[in-house]
Amino acid sequence: MAPWNPRTEEMPPDELRRLQYKLAKSLVYRLYSFNEFYRRRMKEENVHPDDIRALEDVAKLPFMYKRDLRDGYPDKIFSAEKNELVRYHVSSGTTGKPTVVGYTERDIENWSESLARGFSSCGLGRGDVIQVSYGYGLFTGGLGAHYGAERVGATVLPTSVGNTERQVELMQDLHVTAIACTPSYLLHMGEVAEKMGVSIKNDTDLRMGFLGAEPWSEQMRARIQDWLGIRAYDIYGTSELSGPMFTECTEQQGIHVWGDLALVEIIDPATGEVLEPGEQGELTITMLQKEALPMVRYRIGDLTALEEGTCACGRTHPRIGRIRGRVDDMLIVRGINVFPSQVEHALLEIPEVGKHFQIVVDRKGALDSMLVRVEVSEGAFSDKITDLMVIKRKVEHRLRSSLNVSVDVELVEPGTLPRFEGKSKKVVDRRSL
Amino acid sequence: MEKSYIVKQISIFSENRPGRLAAIAGALRDAGINIFAFSIAEADGFGVVRALVDRPEDAHRTLTDLGFRVSFTDVIGVKMRDEPGGLSEIASILGDAGINIEYAYAYSGRDGAVLILRVDQAEDAVRQILARGGELLKASLSQ
Repeated sequence: MAPWNPRTEEMPPDELRRLQYKLAKSLVYRLYSFNEFYRRRMKEENVHPDDIRALEDVAKLPFMYKRDLRDGYPDKIFSAEKNELVRYHVSSGTTGKPTVVGYTERDIENWSESLARGFSSCGLGRGDVIQVSYGYGLFTGGLGAHYGAERVGATVLPTSVGNTERQVELMQDLHVTAIACTPSYLLHMGEVAEKMGVSIKNDTDLRMGFLGAEPWSEQMRARIQDWLGIRAYDIYGTSELSGPMFTECTEQQGIHVWGDLALVEIIDPATGEVLEPGEQGELTITMLQKEALPMVRYRIGDLTALEEGTCACGRTHPRIGRIRGRVDDMLIVRGINVFPSQVEHALLEIPEVGKHFQIVVDRKGALDSMLVRVEVSEGAFSDKITDLMVIKRKVEHRLRSSLNVSVDVELVEPGTLPRFEGKSKKVVDRRSL
Repeated sequence: MEKSYIVKQISIFSENRPGRLAAIAGALRDAGINIFAFSIAEADGFGVVRALVDRPEDAHRTLTDLGFRVSFTDVIGVKMRDEPGGLSEIASILGDAGINIEYAYAYSGRDGAVLILRVDQAEDAVRQILARGGELLKASLSQ
């Protein structure tokens, strides 16, 4: 699909790196001069703006963490005057205080520009109707996708989350062609539609989805594309970066992170060292042009890797692979690191069970136990107990071999596992109670 | 001919926790469906409820709509004398005929006792039992 901003999106890599260096250097000077929080952080680490003499020198800068935003609640680390702010978003703190993100007019402009490039790289444009089923309000998803889609000339249907039957009706009646929501909400919508006698594949004009705000997998993509008859694109962002910012293109080979807006580093979460392309590590982003709430080497906590080489679509900017999980979602069960995404991957390869699951971790005496609850799929249900026990043992065996930790599997009735209309909560850790 | 003796049993997946049987039985009551015979097989954390009902298709639809995992299973019902030796008589017939039972349960009602069987080859079993003088429940009773 034709680039939205060809001069930038197809910039030769060397030129892009020079631009990134220039932007990084001026960002650091600006923060050192005007941002008390980051100047103090740099002084603690003995780094001066003059130490940044090449793009690689960014690695000398101190990291920023989620806790910096919490400690700075609500606006202590902002770099813009209050009267320059045009918007706030607030992310709900699951632990402790929420975090507040402020935006200048230019921040909103760059956010919309970033998504306009992503949306148009997937072919969204004038004539499309996009249903934005991310939450509107303090959450960044709804308004972020909304502004990006309006920018490319698409018609926005701002449904937000919930009232799913009405969403299905509107999808049909207004000939919606694209949707932005979480992958689990789209699956839920597909199920609700089927109960209403509506096949999204055959009875609607939906042809693409921008799915994100929670980790998902290639198998889940294959299932969504096949079942719903759409192209499913990964969309990535967090409120600290502005909101949903970056998407895949039609190649579906990684998420394009616009280098003039963001500098990506993948680091070893334990040592903080920068890793090579292709190596899995913690995503760390420096927002090169953000004004109100600067982000330097911000450790998002998502696990991914930089894709190697340039994309077949011709866009030259770096790409990141699928988010593999959260550094802090990682469960340690009997000393083994376990990511819920690994469970999802394994289950998707077992047709006898459904796509939903719940992990329950508990401790009996000194020993951790891990239980995975799954639903028997319709075709696999047999009224012979022995057949069901074979399925249970098969799932246990597969999970054990992919997680390297033994797992109990519980077969549960269909529809009893939570299908959340928002971020999925798939792990119950009873050890902390 | 043999087919007329093959009875449609409904089988329902159920978690092994309080209230699940009540949910199934309540749904059938609300739909006005009568249960002739019924058993529960239980395993590790889950079970299968098996039932012969007067309207299997309606029962299947009612329970599926409520979100239950339901299937039909072909079973046969062998009539027994409701007096000492009744089961022994039937068991001998089955043994002589070389019929392998996957599971079985029984009920004893107004019209005598019935042993309900799930077997590998239902039509073959029907032939063998009839040939040895056994009497079978007609499928039409549960349609």
